[in-house]
Amino acid sequence: MKIQEADAKSLLVAQGLPVPPWAVARTATDARAAAERLFSAGAHQVVIKAQVLVGGRGKAGGVKLAADAAAAEEVAAAILGMDIKGITVRKVLVAPAADIVHEYYLSAVLDRAARRVLYMGSAEGGVEIEQVAEERPEAITYLHAHPHLGLQDFQARELCFAMGLGGHLKDFLRIAQGLYATMIAYDADLVEVNPLALVRETGADGMTVERLQALDAKITLDDSALHRHPGLEDLRDLDEEDPVDIEARAEGLSFIRLEGDIGCMVNGAGLAMTTMDLVKRAGGQPANFLDIGGGARADRVAAAMRLILADTSVRAILVNIFGGIARGDEVARGLVEARRQQARSVPMVVRIVGTNADLAAEILSGIEGIETAGSLDDAVDRAVAASRAKLAET
Amino acid sequence: MSILVGRDTRLVVQGITGREGTFHAQQMQEYGTRIVAGVTPGKGGQSALGGNVPVYDTVREAVTQGGADTSVIYVPAAGAPDAILEAVAAGIGTIFCITEHIPVLDMLKVMPEVQAAGARLIGPNCPGATSPGQAKVGIIPGSIHREGRIGLVSRSGTLTYEVVQALSDAGMGQSTCVGIGGDPIVGSTFIDILGLFRDDPDTDALVLMGEIGGDAEEGAAAWKKEHLPDTPMVAFIAGRTAPPGRRMGHAGAIISGSSGSAQDKIDALEAAGIRVAESPTEIPRLLQECGVRPA
Repeated sequence: MKIQEADAKSLLVAQGLPVPPWAVARTATDARAAAERLFSAGAHQVVIKAQVLVGGRGKAGGVKLAADAAAAEEVAAAILGMDIKGITVRKVLVAPAADIVHEYYLSAVLDRAARRVLYMGSAEGGVEIEQVAEERPEAITYLHAHPHLGLQDFQARELCFAMGLGGHLKDFLRIAQGLYATMIAYDADLVEVNPLALVRETGADGMTVERLQALDAKITLDDSALHRHPGLEDLRDLDEEDPVDIEARAEGLSFIRLEGDIGCMVNGAGLAMTTMDLVKRAGGQPANFLDIGGGARADRVAAAMRLILADTSVRAILVNIFGGIARGDEVARGLVEARRQQARSVPMVVRIVGTNADLAAEILSGIEGIETAGSLDDAVDRAVAASRAKLAET
Repeated sequence: MSILVGRDTRLVVQGITGREGTFHAQQMQEYGTRIVAGVTPGKGGQSALGGNVPVYDTVREAVTQGGADTSVIYVPAAGAPDAILEAVAAGIGTIFCITEHIPVLDMLKVMPEVQAAGARLIGPNCPGATSPGQAKVGIIPGSIHREGRIGLVSRSGTLTYEVVQALSDAGMGQSTCVGIGGDPIVGSTFIDILGLFRDDPDTDALVLMGEIGGDAEEGAAAWKKEHLPDTPMVAFIAGRTAPPGRRMGHAGAIISGSSGSAQDKIDALEAAGIRVAESPTEIPRLLQECGVRPA
């Protein structure tokens, strides 16, 4: 699960990382009020940042500076409602604009191949790290944290010196360890601070000091571990989700809506992707990706069917179930139940093989509107033909 | 011969009294797998599968009293990492974890223990393995197999069954079929399993089933080219037309130096001399074109 910058910053602050103050506003008026508070607290400029779960906000014009409260309101009004990569901006983050001396990059991420947490650090922060990795791979330092001991001090020091932050060793160690603590505390699989900035601040005595601060934060959480962090589910940004996705998740289904007209219900992600690939290859267009998961029972199958039928562009449904842990008879019962409740008539091509496929065939035999198919290729061809026939009717 | 599981396998089923454990233990036994023990803490002394399999409280008892050497885990996600560690501590050599939705940080901590003990973990979130005519461990339907000399390794579950069925329908039997699981952290990789097949005198040809995301397929392709240059091999990649967004994030892509896209994987496989099928049902024909005969 991806979470918004503001929420990611809250998690970092809870782990003791230095993050400048911020406020989240849903309206330009609120953004102005937040900016006024920051200006009266001593800010010289504020930054207004679109809160969307996609990268490249800056390039898309979703990050702007404002020199006074009126400008902040104006800028926020322009950003709110803006479309960034298909997502409408509904919130902005307002923060004091930092006096940046230098921008660094620091992240901790799950390295699948090494089965370790990987740290990446670079003195070239504030830009897309993919670009740095491609153009100047030597500018990034990589190291793996110990699976039980975490990031050890000597490793953090190595990273610190490699990034040229030797003058801020103590602060850097605290931040680097904090990234690991954040991963563990919330079951995150990515904690990224870009930029980690050296900022110039003027103290009460008028002296300027340079300090490290996390000016941006990106965290993704392990969906499989959310159940043991009850508060984190609240950070899910429902504004950015299709209501269908929310319903699918509640039912334990993995669902992605697509543009086509053939609704697909499959068990297993690999087989679901393959079924979609074959539908396209046969000249059809899948309306969705839908994995009903392992061990799906009749009620979950019926819920999956409701999701597919809620999409009015669906002209035919292809059910492809290869029973292993899922049992064919359970799926068949769910389909019959769904058929009974179904308001509009959509032809359904069903292929159930594997565990209890014989029982499934008995349950499905003679049910009106359900066509059964033996092989995968046959099922795909029939579903594509059914969608075309339905299209010709209309 | 075969790999991982065979006639000599002495299996303990962890979670044998649960819904999935009971059902699949029965299926495994019907297939001919020798199940010597079940484990459910608190139910020691009972028996399972119609009274012919003793249930123990601990895996250690299943080993010392039941003589188990291989384990399969159907324990729910919250208890599965501990179930793996228990099997490791009891000296089990080969552990299959079928359980899905195990938090990834738990697996990060479990894996060093598995490796330090010299044990082999398959999964989690995997369908298990079958050596046709000998034994099946996991959830792969037994009826789809046919005895033969093709080794199959897959990241998917149900997609594996699809291909096994297609092979069997074409008269192409399998030595062993292994599903390694689709989680970010798995106990055994494509390369680990390909290494076992390389050393198996009963495996003559290979099928690899990959999917988008990560770079395991690219790694397997390079390994095959170096270590098994003359073995016929066919691959399939699921997700050619999948919308982007289900791939790993950018940071993951940077580590691997790969986009994780289907095309990158197909290019890497083909560059290593591996034919890539466009449909699972096309695999038997491509194997035949590589000189593999039905058997």
